[in-house]
Amino acid sequence: MDLHIVWFVLWGVLWGVYFMLDGFVLGAGMLHRVLGKTDMDRRIVINSFGPVWDGNEVWLVTAGGATFAAFPTTYALMFSYLYTPLLLLLFGLIVRGVSFEFRSKEESATWRGCWDWAIVLSSFVPALLFGVAFGNIFAGLPMDQAGYHGSLIALLNPYGIVSGLLFVMLFLEHGALYVAVKTVGDLSRRAESLARTLWVPLLVVAVAFLGYTNFATKLYDNYMKAPVLLVAPLLAVAALVGTRLLLGAGNTLAAFAASCVTILGVVGTGVIGLFPNLIPSSMDALSSLTIYNSSSSEYTLQIMTGVAFTFVPVVILYKIWVYRVFRGRVTAEAVAADHEAY
Amino acid sequence: MDVLTLSRLQFAITCMFHFIFVPLTLGLSVLVAMMETRYVLTGNEMYKRMTKFWGKLFLINFALGVVTGITMEFQFGMNWAEYSRYVGDIFGAPLAIEATVAFFMESVFIGVWAFGWDKVSKRFHAVSIWLVALATNLSGLWILLANGWMQHPVGYVLRNGRAEMVDFMALITNPFGLLKFGHQIVSGYTVAGFFVMGVSAYHLLKARNRDFFKASFGMAAVFALVASIMVGVIGDFHAADVAKTQPAKFAAMEAVWNSCNNAPMHLIAFPDEKNECNLVTALPVPGLLSFLAFHDTNAQIRGITSFPKDERPPVLPVFLSFRLMVGLGTLFILLSAAALFLSKNGLLEKYPLFLKLLVLCIPLPYIANQLGWVVSEVGRQPWIVYGIMKTSDGVSKSLDMSQVIGSLLGFTLLYGLLGFVDIYLLAKFARKGPEESHVGASNAFRN
Repeated sequence: MDLHIVWFVLWGVLWGVYFMLDGFVLGAGMLHRVLGKTDMDRRIVINSFGPVWDGNEVWLVTAGGATFAAFPTTYALMFSYLYTPLLLLLFGLIVRGVSFEFRSKEESATWRGCWDWAIVLSSFVPALLFGVAFGNIFAGLPMDQAGYHGSLIALLNPYGIVSGLLFVMLFLEHGALYVAVKTVGDLSRRAESLARTLWVPLLVVAVAFLGYTNFATKLYDNYMKAPVLLVAPLLAVAALVGTRLLLGAGNTLAAFAASCVTILGVVGTGVIGLFPNLIPSSMDALSSLTIYNSSSSEYTLQIMTGVAFTFVPVVILYKIWVYRVFRGRVTAEAVAADHEAY
Repeated sequence: MDVLTLSRLQFAITCMFHFIFVPLTLGLSVLVAMMETRYVLTGNEMYKRMTKFWGKLFLINFALGVVTGITMEFQFGMNWAEYSRYVGDIFGAPLAIEATVAFFMESVFIGVWAFGWDKVSKRFHAVSIWLVALATNLSGLWILLANGWMQHPVGYVLRNGRAEMVDFMALITNPFGLLKFGHQIVSGYTVAGFFVMGVSAYHLLKARNRDFFKASFGMAAVFALVASIMVGVIGDFHAADVAKTQPAKFAAMEAVWNSCNNAPMHLIAFPDEKNECNLVTALPVPGLLSFLAFHDTNAQIRGITSFPKDERPPVLPVFLSFRLMVGLGTLFILLSAAALFLSKNGLLEKYPLFLKLLVLCIPLPYIANQLGWVVSEVGRQPWIVYGIMKTSDGVSKSLDMSQVIGSLLGFTLLYGLLGFVDIYLLAKFARKGPEESHVGASNAFRN
């Protein structure tokens, strides 16, 4: 078995699962002020993902670590070339984490208002930047043997912005659905109706993204070669349409599940299109970082494969167990009674 | 100032800031787990209140430890791309393993513990804090194995223009990493022991919740004494290993300029880097240094001057940090022994001055931890990987000054602000008694 391909698949899966799980936290974070009319509403939204957001974020750390271990050259160049956007993203993630913890530690309305805005901003910035970064990776970074020739401004090209908007819209929809599923009463109904409203602009951005991708990237080349791969984008589109249909049928839980599939499908579409590149070069195809020229040695890949196949299933098992423990809706009574709640 | 210097400064600042929160997390997770275990075993409600009170402080501290940890992972690629590329084949593995086996467990079960009081059984709730403690310590193990490899590279060959792993077992049994891990873990326990003793002492001085804080104090005193003794014992082995594997660092730690046999240890010394000698040396104990390093009073200690000038670490900061760390370590053993004695004999409240002293001592183990990292990291210079790669060769090539200045300013401002808020909150909740520490509910304490 070609371990490079195994790690390419794992790399894609780690990113996909990360966006699926942290996506609803980022979305709910962006929306919690809009959805929550009162302080209690906002606390309910934050507590709806309170027990799980930290574990969800670890998928990002693992995706980063796996890139470092399996494709060190990609890790080194991706992180140094995208220095400023990654820095802003990092600041976003740092602020978000402490905001959840700090927000309810003072009764003052000013204090809580400040952390509310910190949550909104620190959820929006990473969502947007992930999209911009991946859009630019899909399109290829301006690099050759001499190094990187891009800049922060160059990353904000139209395709990068469309990708950024796509990620923001996907997560907004995902977050609204999550809140609808995890809360009760008015709050839940507001989230559900917002999810319906948001679906339209999401569709518009998704169509724009799919169309633009044809001109801005070479992602579709792989699909031309092996049309069977089209199952990924088709799944994404079907799940996106399904989200709206299920919402219409009043089944928010199933709509949320469909939204999960949409996100996995979108990430899968991008990753499959990249193969065998991890980061294509837009200047010189020979300078592209592929799963072969940027990877670790065979020995390291073997060790890491052993570790991944032993421990990732264990992680998945206890994560499923945790979601079961915290299943059910979060209510005002529960938040008020729980002194440990955010 | 250049990209290299700024990147080093940024790495130092972000690392040291991260490390304000890590040691307490390491130790307090274990202490809180012990408290909750006592609650489960005895059914005594006081231990439940203890778990909740110290647990709240644990969570406030934990939050910043976690979020600043992500910075560390990102920074290798962002600022040290050449390093990451050169050693990623071997250095990336422990980081990825840390995320997979430790970080997941830690962050999932901290959620269960913080939010699961009514969702899981009493027993399992206690198990979940033990899993957090285990994962936190396991996380430290993998990070220090990674750092240990930078300090004393093993199990690799230089091939295809980089360091490639050939022996994973060598990496995970690297004595340097394991000793450093041992030394660090118990240092974290010392921080937690003194933290709990200090906060308890504050409340005992105010004569509030006396039974509660006496019991907390008693547990912490045992914990701190055992931990601080182990810090010394493992630290001693660690230093002996450094003498073998990193002679230049060892020479700087002790300010030995010229190689000599039967090296004495000077109780008082002060290095003069310019003239490559010591300004003062007094009170020598003959042969002690040779003995400590090689368990042989006649063994040779290599002096700093025996290394080429461009392979010497800065002597003064390493020497001073090491002396101060050892001095503080000794003080911790004495203080915690006295604390345990007074606590066992019910004499604590008879000595308010001692209690006041313990409140003031809360920051000292933190300082000792930071000093230890200065010895370790500054002492490794100019190498980023000892003997293989210079720090100056590891820095990213694609960065320009404005990027690093921007990030350095950003980190300093953001970390400064968050650190201030976090310490404010820690102090606020530490000052409140166990009955008042709940926010968001106006009613009195409920179980």
